[in-house]
Amino acid sequence: MAIRRQSVVLGVLLAPVTLFLGFFFLLPLLIIALYSFLSPGLYGGVEWTFYHWNYGRIFGWADGINEIFEPIYLQILWRSLSFAALTVVLTLILCYPVAFWVSRLSERWRLVFMFLITLPFFSSLIVRLYAWLLILKPTGLFNTALLSLGVISEPLEILYTPTAVVLGMVYVMVPFMFLPLYSAVDNLDRAQVEASLDLGANRVQTFLKVILPQTLPGIMGGAVIVFIPSVGNFVVPDVLGGAKGLMIGNLVEQQFLSARNWPFGSALSMIIMAVVLTVLLISVTRARKAGGHA
Amino acid sequence: MAALLEISAARREFVTPEGGRLAALDGVDLTVGANEFVTLLGPSGCGKTTLLRAISGFEVLDNGTMRLDGMDLTALPPFRRPVNTVFQSYALFGHMTVARNVGYALEVAGVGKASRDAQVAEALEKVGLAGMGGRRPGQLSGGQRQRVALARAIIAKPRLLLLDEPLSALDRNLRQQMQLELKTLQHSLGIAFIFVTHDQEEALTMSDRIVVMRAGRIEQIGSPRDIYRHPKNRFVAEFIGETNLFPVTVDHVAGNIALGRTADGVELQLPATGRSVGEQVTAILRPADFTLGTAGIPGQVTREVYLGSDLYIFVQPKAGGPEIRVIARDGAGAAEGAAVHLAHDPTSVHVLEAA
Repeated sequence: MAIRRQSVVLGVLLAPVTLFLGFFFLLPLLIIALYSFLSPGLYGGVEWTFYHWNYGRIFGWADGINEIFEPIYLQILWRSLSFAALTVVLTLILCYPVAFWVSRLSERWRLVFMFLITLPFFSSLIVRLYAWLLILKPTGLFNTALLSLGVISEPLEILYTPTAVVLGMVYVMVPFMFLPLYSAVDNLDRAQVEASLDLGANRVQTFLKVILPQTLPGIMGGAVIVFIPSVGNFVVPDVLGGAKGLMIGNLVEQQFLSARNWPFGSALSMIIMAVVLTVLLISVTRARKAGGHA
Repeated sequence: MAALLEISAARREFVTPEGGRLAALDGVDLTVGANEFVTLLGPSGCGKTTLLRAISGFEVLDNGTMRLDGMDLTALPPFRRPVNTVFQSYALFGHMTVARNVGYALEVAGVGKASRDAQVAEALEKVGLAGMGGRRPGQLSGGQRQRVALARAIIAKPRLLLLDEPLSALDRNLRQQMQLELKTLQHSLGIAFIFVTHDQEEALTMSDRIVVMRAGRIEQIGSPRDIYRHPKNRFVAEFIGETNLFPVTVDHVAGNIALGRTADGVELQLPATGRSVGEQVTAILRPADFTLGTAGIPGQVTREVYLGSDLYIFVQPKAGGPEIRVIARDGAGAAEGAAVHLAHDPTSVHVLEAA
């Protein structure tokens, strides 16, 4: 009786979020999955006939009449994955030492720093990216400063290059890497670090054998949280990237809004989805394995 | 005994949150012999942990020198000192097995796997954890973790083992068992132990010598018996064991015995050696120094505390003054409210020169 009552209460509590996600997340996802196997309508929308060329265009089979295989899609997918991976690596390098530094600050300064790291969330992403546009453009702050210092004689072409896209993504993703990393570093048992030094391990050995494994959950968490939105990101390349900075997210956007090829856009979306799920699955199984040990 | 560790004029200051300076070590001199069991004893904040951390290298001395086997330790980082520590929290590596924890010192020193495995098995055997190498620290009880920490710290055969209140997290029975085991282990290993504790009973049980510390200074160094029977001052007397302190004036001296009287009129017999009439001194008597009888200080039992083997009673002297704590070996005649006489052997009284 008690158990039954408990499950009723649980059901009532979980119903709103389940309904919300079911209606606004799962249902649209299923529609996209379905669309990706339909043929495109002439002026947008879909024709209700089974059609696998959407995937063929991307992965290498095509009828050669309506749909042509273009390696550019795989290239863009590859670029998206490598940009996202690069973003993960760079944010990690930036945040890891800072996390140690912050965890050693006094309570008051730690709060100040946590406020600063979350400060960007208080303003619009687009506005902040346009600020980067002003900084990076040939007559912008960065180039003007370098020119006036005599470091360079001509403005550097950074804007509308892959560099600008990665730079922008690193900027956007830093807080997402920092927070899980900080929590892991803050939970690091200082006594274990001392024990390692005491037992004769030098600083490098201590880092590799104790500090790194102990903070690995934070690194993995941060990496997943940064990688997933980075792969599908379209705002940053839209504002800062040119043709060479185009990512799969932009491709999806173009297919839905400009080319009006909804099924092809859906197929591209499903590929992003597959990548994300794979990454999540790997990280969850790894975390479970690590958790089983502890 | 050959000196293994020599510390002289060690000084370490900290800046307090209020901006003041606090000397955690204020001119500490200490020599530890090879294979000696030395306990640093004192209330929290006395500097005992700072001294231990200075030896292991986690605190840098502002002043003073520290030599181990004649080698200057002062500039050496912790990982270059032939000294290992058993940490208060054990500080076991949670992501490693027990065996890898224990073999860590050998692993980082580049000892081959076969030799390492053999030594790990031997160390685990020594602490009574044979066959537990495959477990994780999280799967062990507090006592077992303690043993892993111990095995890990002795595997590299340090010249000196530092133990930072290692037994404080264990329950009483286990603590007493571990005290004896540690002592046995220290003998069989033949290495010196420096043991930090605030538990005076633990210090008395285990040590060859006890170093009593207060406010960054050493108050007294001596054998447990020495410290207990002949404390140098009130602080040591009160910190080590239950004590009755009597500020007395010497009334007269007759033969081997001097008579001292407190301001309230309680009369005590003291050893006459060095006493002169009219002198003000403090007489120290342990609760076990009194016997209940028909002669001696008259008083009334106000409270009794049953301790199992002994009965602890508080006696209010008839003359007045603070209650006297007494261990009554047999409970006879020691009921609450009973009138008693407290007799004592004059030779067992320890006298402090200062009143």
